[in-house]
Amino acid sequence: MPGTRGPVPIPLHINGGQRDLTAEILEAVDQEAEVGTSTKFPQIPQAEIKAALDRLASRSMVEYDTKDREEVALTKEGEEIASAGSHEYKVWDAVRQAGRLSLKDPSLAGANAKIGQGNAFKLKWVKKDGDALVSLTDSVQDATREQLQCAKENRTFQDPKVQKDFMKRKLVVPQKVISYVARKGPKWAMEMPVEVTDLTAEMIADGSWQTANWKPYNYKAEGAQLSGGAFHPLMKVRQEFREIFFNMGFTEMPTQRFVDTGFWNFDTLFVPQQHPARDLQDTFYVSDPPEAGPPGPDPATDEALAQMDDQDEQDENDSAPASAATRAKDISSKLDYQQYFNNVRSVHQDGAFGSIGYRYPYNDAETKRLVLRTHTTAVSAYVLHRLAANPRPCRYFSIDRVFRNETVDATHLAEFHQIEGVIADFGLTLGGLQAFLKRFFRKIGVPDLKFKPAYNPYTEPSMEVYAWHAGLNKLVEIGNSGMFRPEMLQAMGLPEDLRCYGFGLSLERPTMIKYGISNIRELLGHKVDLGFIEGNPAVRLDRE
Amino acid sequence: MPTISVDKTELYKALGKDYSRDEFDELCFEFGIELDEDTTGREEPAQLKIEIPANRYDMLCFEGIALNLNVFLGRQAMPTYTLKPPPGGALETVTVSPATAAVRPYFSCAILRGVQFTPARYASFIALQDKLHANLARQRSLVAIGTHDLDTLQGPFSYEALPPDQIRFAPLNQTRAMTATEMMGFYEKDKHLARYLPIIRDSPVYPVIYDANRTVLSLPPIINGNHSKLTLATTNIFIDITATDKTKLEIVTHILVAMFSQYCADPFTIEPVRILSPHNTESRTSPDLTPRTTHASAAYINSITGLSLPRTTITTLLKKMCYHATPSPTSPDTLDVAIPITRADVLHEADIMEDAAIAYGFNKLPRAFPATKAAAAAALPINKLADIVRLESAMAGWAEVMPLTLCSLDENYQWLNKSPPSSSEQQKPIRLQNPKTAEYQIVRTSLLPGLLKTLRENKHHAVPMRIFEVGDVAFQDARLERRSRNERHFAAAWYGKQAGFEMVHGLLDRVMMMLRVGFVARGGEGKGEGGEGYWIEEVEDATYLAGHAAAIYLQLAGRKAQKIGTFGILHPSVLKAFELPFPASTLELNVEVFL
Repeated sequence: MPGTRGPVPIPLHINGGQRDLTAEILEAVDQEAEVGTSTKFPQIPQAEIKAALDRLASRSMVEYDTKDREEVALTKEGEEIASAGSHEYKVWDAVRQAGRLSLKDPSLAGANAKIGQGNAFKLKWVKKDGDALVSLTDSVQDATREQLQCAKENRTFQDPKVQKDFMKRKLVVPQKVISYVARKGPKWAMEMPVEVTDLTAEMIADGSWQTANWKPYNYKAEGAQLSGGAFHPLMKVRQEFREIFFNMGFTEMPTQRFVDTGFWNFDTLFVPQQHPARDLQDTFYVSDPPEAGPPGPDPATDEALAQMDDQDEQDENDSAPASAATRAKDISSKLDYQQYFNNVRSVHQDGAFGSIGYRYPYNDAETKRLVLRTHTTAVSAYVLHRLAANPRPCRYFSIDRVFRNETVDATHLAEFHQIEGVIADFGLTLGGLQAFLKRFFRKIGVPDLKFKPAYNPYTEPSMEVYAWHAGLNKLVEIGNSGMFRPEMLQAMGLPEDLRCYGFGLSLERPTMIKYGISNIRELLGHKVDLGFIEGNPAVRLDRE
Repeated sequence: MPTISVDKTELYKALGKDYSRDEFDELCFEFGIELDEDTTGREEPAQLKIEIPANRYDMLCFEGIALNLNVFLGRQAMPTYTLKPPPGGALETVTVSPATAAVRPYFSCAILRGVQFTPARYASFIALQDKLHANLARQRSLVAIGTHDLDTLQGPFSYEALPPDQIRFAPLNQTRAMTATEMMGFYEKDKHLARYLPIIRDSPVYPVIYDANRTVLSLPPIINGNHSKLTLATTNIFIDITATDKTKLEIVTHILVAMFSQYCADPFTIEPVRILSPHNTESRTSPDLTPRTTHASAAYINSITGLSLPRTTITTLLKKMCYHATPSPTSPDTLDVAIPITRADVLHEADIMEDAAIAYGFNKLPRAFPATKAAAAAALPINKLADIVRLESAMAGWAEVMPLTLCSLDENYQWLNKSPPSSSEQQKPIRLQNPKTAEYQIVRTSLLPGLLKTLRENKHHAVPMRIFEVGDVAFQDARLERRSRNERHFAAAWYGKQAGFEMVHGLLDRVMMMLRVGFVARGGEGKGEGGEGYWIEEVEDATYLAGHAAAIYLQLAGRKAQKIGTFGILHPSVLKAFELPFPASTLELNVEVFL
C-alpha cells in the first residue's frame, strides 16, 4: 500500500464500535490451541477476519494458516427442495390429499411435476388408475430432501457419488472457501501493546522514546505523496537552452510581438513576394487590424535592447550612465528606416549590393500586410538592422512562439516554439558555424553532427544540421543554419565584411525525441495531461 | 520542397553506377538533395522519390537530376546550349498584340526539332511542366506553358487578347468546339483546371495564341487546343510561354529547352523564334541562351570557406556545379564566371561561393571556432520578471500549463460572459483572416480560456487542481507600426469541490510579496495617496459570481495607481460553458507593470 508507514493500524472497534474482532480472536486463541475461524466466526466475512489476523500476525502475536477447501452450496432449486420437499414428494402429497388426482389437474403440469411423477412411479409411491393417479402408501421418506438438508448443514456430502448426482441435477454447486486456523505466536499477548509510530516532541521531553515499543517500519512501501508545484516540461527544456545560450554569451531578443508585417517577416529576409511560404495556405494573415504602418523603430523593443546592452561609453569616466530610453533613442536617430525600406525594395525588384535580385515588380502593399509571425527571424531582422547604427560583433538568441496555418495533426500544431540564434562578427567562416553548432549541440547531448547543403531564401550558404539517431539508425535533421545573405545584411546598411550566422530549431522536436512523445498535442496546448506535467523529471539535456 | 519521382534503374544507368542505398544517400547528402523514399519491392519499376531544394528549377525532372549529378561527379561536362536556325534560315514568327498587355503581357517561345520521345521522356516532359506550373509559376498565375505538335500548325503565329465570346476552339482531349466563355462553365467543376479559371475569368479579354490558319494553340493559362496536341509520335515541338512576370518567363523557357533539347536530332540545339512585340519593346529572338557572366573573388570564396585555394582549383570546383569559370586575365583575384541558363537560382557571388563549398564538401571544411569577443549574455527583462512569477507560483504549489495562444471568439469572450470590445481601440482582439479551423479566430486577450480548457481536459485528475500560466496575450494598438502589441499576463486557476477564492487571493499576496509590493488596505476614498503597494476592491465583473470578485490595484513609486487585474469565483455559467462540474476561482493580472 503506497504511502502507508508501518503495519496497518488497529482500529479499536470495527462495525461501528459494536465489536472488537481482534480482541475476540485473541480471546479464542487463548482458550483453544487451534482456532478455526470458519467454525468460530461463521458469520463474519472472510476479508474482515483476514484483516484482523494480519494486524495480529504483523506483531507476531498470533500465527495463522490459510485453508482452502471445497464446499457445496445449494442452488435456488436445491434450497426450495430442502425447505418444501422434493418434486416426487409434492406429487405424492397432492395425490394423497385428493385421494384420486386427475392427470389433467393443474398441480401435475410443469416440468418439475413431470420429474416428480416419474420419480414417484419409480419409488412406487403412486400409480396410474385410468386417467388419474392414486397413492400406494400412507407415508413416504423424502430422501432427496433429507440429503439436501444434511448437505446444507455440513456443506458437504458423505458420499461423493451422491454429490456428483446432485450436482448433475443442478441442486448443488461446488464452492471454494478460505478459512484460517489461528494459534498463539512468538510474541503472544492478550492485549495489543502500545506501539509508537513516530518520534514526537513529548517523547523526547519525557524520555519515553528510550523504552517505547516501536512499530516496525514498512521499508517496502513508498513515502507520502507530496503535492507540490511544477514547471511545464517544455519550459524546463526552454530553460536548459536559455542557459546554454547565456553560457555562450548570447543576449535574448525582444520577441514580444506575435503580429508582424509582411515587410519584417518576409521582405527584409529576402523572401520574394511570390514565395509559397507567403501563401494563405501557410501563413496566418490578420484581418483586423487591417494594415501595418510604415517600418520604423519600436520603442519598447529598443528600450529592452538598450537595457540588456552592457556597453556604455560612460563606464570609462565619472559621468552618470545614460538611461536605456535615451540610449535607445540615440541608436534610433542613427537609423533611416525609409532608406532601409527602399533598399529592400530595390534588392528584390532591381537587384542591388552585388545581387541581380529577383527582378519582379515589388508591391508595397504586400509589405503592409499583417501576419502572425511565421518565425522569430522577423525579430532577428529588426535587431540586426539596429546593429547597423553601431556595427560590431554580437550574439542574439530567442525562444518564442511562432505560427503556421497548418492542419493540426500528431506532428503539427498551428503554433510552436522556435529556438533561434544569431551571431554577427567579422571574418566568420562556414566551418566556424559548424564548429559552433557542434559545441552547441554537444551541450544538449548530441555529439556528432553532419552538415548538408540546403536552400533557404535568407541564408547562403545554408546548412541543414543532421545528427545520428540511434533508435532510428539513421541521420535525422535536427536544425537549420546558414549565413545570412548579403542581400539581407547590406540592405540594412551593415558593412560588407560583417558576416552573420543564423541557426534555428523547434523547441518541441528535440523535447519529443528526448521524451519519446509522438503526439505534439501531448506536449503543448490544453490537452496536455496535468499528471505528465507534475511527474516529469528535471531536464538534464547534457546527461541524457 | 518539391519531391520528384524518378525511375531508379534508369537513373542509376544514367549515373553509370548501381548505387547501394547508403551510397546514393551519401551522394544526395553531399550535393544537398534528399532521397525521401525508395519504392523497391512495392512498385514496378522502382521509383526514387527525391526532394529538391525549392530554388533548383533545373532539377524538377529526371533529366535535370541526372545532368546535375553527372556534372557533380565529373562524369559529364555541362552542355553548351546553342541556337540552330531552321535549314531554310527563315525563323518562325509570333506577333504579340498590344491588347495582351491588359491581361498577360509577356510572351516567349522556342522550337525543339527532331525530338525522339519515349513513353518515359514524354511523361517526364509533361511532369516538368506540371512542376513548373505548380512551383515557380504559382499555379500558372505567373507563367503558363503550352506545348504543341508543330507539324499540325502553320506559322506565322500570333499572341492576341480577345473577348472570350470571340475565342472558339475544341480544347485538349475534347472534340466539340466551344467559346472561351463556355469553357469557363465547362471546366468550373474540373478537379484539375477549375483552380486556374479565376486567373483570367473576369478580364474583358482573354489571352489566346493562333497560327496562320486561325487554329488556336492555347488559351493560357487554362488549356491548349486539341488540334496541336502533343503525342508520342511528335518530333517537332512548338513551345509557347505566357506570363505576367518577365523574369519567371525567361526561367521557365530556359529550363524547358535546357532539359529537353538533349533529345533533339541535334542534341542541345534549340530553334529560335522571332517575336514581334514592339508595343512593349519586347521584340527579340527567343530564346536567349547566352550564359550570364559575372565575377567572383577568389579571396571572398576563400575567406568564407576558410580555405586558401588557388583560382584554378576554384574553377575546377565550380565546374562540378555547372559553371564555366576562368581566372581573369586582368585581375589577380577575380574569376570570370559564366552561369548557365539552367542556374536561375544564382543571384549573387554568395551563391557561387556556396557552390564552391558544396563541391569542396561541407563536411571537409576547416572548422575555426568564431571569436567570442564582446559577447554579452543577458536575459530579456520581461522574461526575467516572468520567471520570478513562475518560480514563486510553482513553489507555492501550482502547476504550470501551456495552452495555445490562438482561440475562438466565443472562448475568449462569450464563454466568460464578455463581449468583444468595439469602441476601445486598445482592447480590441487581433482577428485572423484565413484560419483553417474555427478554433483559431483571434489571438487571445486573456489567459483564462486556456486555463479553463486545460482543466476541462484534465477532469480525470484529482481535485483540487492548481494551475497557472505566465504568457503573452495581444491587443490591437493603433499607435504602433504593427497596429498591435503583446502583453505579458499571469493567470492562475483553482478548481475543486470548493471554489478556493482565498487560495487565488493567497497566491496573489505571495507573488506580490516576492515582487516587493506590500499590501495596503484601502477603501474607496483616498486611494492613490501615499506610498506604493497594492490593494483590492470588490468589482462587478460578469465573469465572476456577484460579490466574489475583486479588482487588483497597484501603485508604484512615482506612477499613477492603476488596475492591473482581477480575481474571483467564476460565475457558474462560465463553468458550464467550459464544461466544468466543480467550482473554480481564477486570477489574472498584467505583469508588465512591474518591469
